[in-house]
Amino acid sequence: MKSIFKVPDISFRAYRVWQRNRDSYKRFYKANLIGSLGEPVMFLFGMGLGIGGYLASMEGVSYIQFIASGIIMVTAMYSATFECTFGSYTRMMGQKTYDGILATPLTVGDIVMGDILWGATKSLISGGIMLAIIIIAGLMKGPVIFIIPILMLIFLVGLMFASMAMIATALSPSYEFFSYYFTLTLTPMFFFSGVFFPLEKFPLIIKGISYLLPLTYAVNISRSLVTENFSYIALSGFPLLLALTIILVIVAVNMIEKRVVK
Amino acid sequence: MSTKTMIIAKNLVKKYEEITAVDGISFVINRGECYGFLGPNGAGKTTTMKIINCMSPLTSGNVLVCERHVKTKPREIKALTGVVPQEENLDPDLTVFKNLLVYARYFEVPSNEAESRVEELINFLNLSEKIDSHINELSGGMKRRLLIARALINNPEILILDEPTTGLDPQVRHMIWQKLRQLKKNGITMLLTTHYMEEASQLCDRIAIMDKGKILIEGNPVTLVEEKIGKEVLELRINNAMENELLQKLNRFEFTHDRVGDTLYMFSRDGRELLQYLVSNDYPLVLHRPATLEDLFLKLTGRGLRE
Ligand SMILES: Nc1ncnc2c1ncn2[C@@H]1O[C@H](COP(=O)(O)OP(=O)(O)OP(=O)(O)O)[C@@H](O)[C@H]1O
Ligand SMILES: [Mg+2]
Repeated sequence: MKSIFKVPDISFRAYRVWQRNRDSYKRFYKANLIGSLGEPVMFLFGMGLGIGGYLASMEGVSYIQFIASGIIMVTAMYSATFECTFGSYTRMMGQKTYDGILATPLTVGDIVMGDILWGATKSLISGGIMLAIIIIAGLMKGPVIFIIPILMLIFLVGLMFASMAMIATALSPSYEFFSYYFTLTLTPMFFFSGVFFPLEKFPLIIKGISYLLPLTYAVNISRSLVTENFSYIALSGFPLLLALTIILVIVAVNMIEKRVVK
Repeated sequence: MSTKTMIIAKNLVKKYEEITAVDGISFVINRGECYGFLGPNGAGKTTTMKIINCMSPLTSGNVLVCERHVKTKPREIKALTGVVPQEENLDPDLTVFKNLLVYARYFEVPSNEAESRVEELINFLNLSEKIDSHINELSGGMKRRLLIARALINNPEILILDEPTTGLDPQVRHMIWQKLRQLKKNGITMLLTTHYMEEASQLCDRIAIMDKGKILIEGNPVTLVEEKIGKEVLELRINNAMENELLQKLNRFEFTHDRVGDTLYMFSRDGRELLQYLVSNDYPLVLHRPATLEDLFLKLTGRGLRE
């Protein structure tokens, strides 16, 4: 148990792994972007306009605006997760890319951190594009300067879910495992983190669970920054997410190390 | 770095759960030397290489590479080493050129130097035509050459080659030998594992024959063969009864012998008289040849299958 919280050996060389991932992404970026943006855009406009047509407002804002802030977070969550489950698993097992890198001065810590940073970068790309769409659609009501903290939040959410995904990758015996991971962790967050409905109306037990889901805090912050309802209380989620992310990174490095160093 | 010894291993042990892959071996490898590890499948050669390159932690014992301990200075040791792994692990997402460039970055080769270094190595291993190809468009021989180029990207002091020519055609194999000899001339220290005895004889200054995680014998391949086997081998296809009869008649000759299946092997330091006797008496002589490392290898590790 102690060994999974060991301080990892991570250096600036993680950036070299990030560069490697960026270089290989250049080849596939179109398909990749359509894959990661298609769904959230459809959710935003499909549900936003569809259900929004029946609802006068949700917590004082239009329904489409209510979900817009949450969908940015969901986009960030899925991008990082796809990258650090299927992507990282392929590099670790199928392609033996990790073995190749481990023969150089890089450590497992550098590799895992590089993959996590890359996962977060993909969140930033797709989440950033979602934000741009939302701004163009006139759904951003917070001050323009809030774009900066929103982008920071997207990156942080990316780091957090990338690290969580790396842990799943460390545990995964095969690709099939990831379908459990998606169903048991991401889908509950998708529905019970207040993206589509305010949590207040849910039964107490679900409300309790939702406060255990990190995405809930991210959605609250995002909503506070995107809509007119700015709240300092929501911002208090920032340090919480940051602390959780640091722990997840440490655990991810140690668990991947156990898997690849024999 | 000017010391003479490059690698010192003492009582090296490596256990994977219940399997003991390396069982207390010690050796010293000198600067500029080519040192070969030979041994049947599962002998522990790859494991030994991985420990030297800090890819795999040792269970007990001590390994110093360039005066650095593998446990405490893995980044430094890896910066001095180039590895051609037994299992190909080129990056299939990248082109030939990018594979090397990305690797140069892992070693912090300055970017203005990196591109010229990559091109130089691609030329050195005759891969210029494939510079923009993806890995899945390369043949096995090209992949292996690219692996060698990749292992040289950091100008290593130590080059580790784990079966660099397994599965390659004779042309590529000879070309790789040429290149390795050239590197050796430039002073690189090489560790080589191979199942081709000819390769070890061609390239290695010293070899260690391993089996079941232990080193059975170590030394210069030519000297070892002369000492342990002799100079010449005569192979006869005769049955047991004939063998006994023959051996009695051969009392006056000096040789050792070994029977395997239907063949009698006779090892001798000077086989001319023995040969004359056998030929003039019409024995079914199959082969008269120089003794090789393979004879020694089989003598030490036996003829039973391993896996
Ligand atoms: N990751 C591992 N986990 C468990 N056992 C292993 C692992 N790697 C190697 N072994 C075992 O250790 C022993 C030595 O393996 P090693 O790969 O070092 O042999 P080798 O001499 O390189 O053989 P070959 O000539 O087939 O490449 C074998 O019994 C092998 O099954
Ligand atoms: Mg091997």
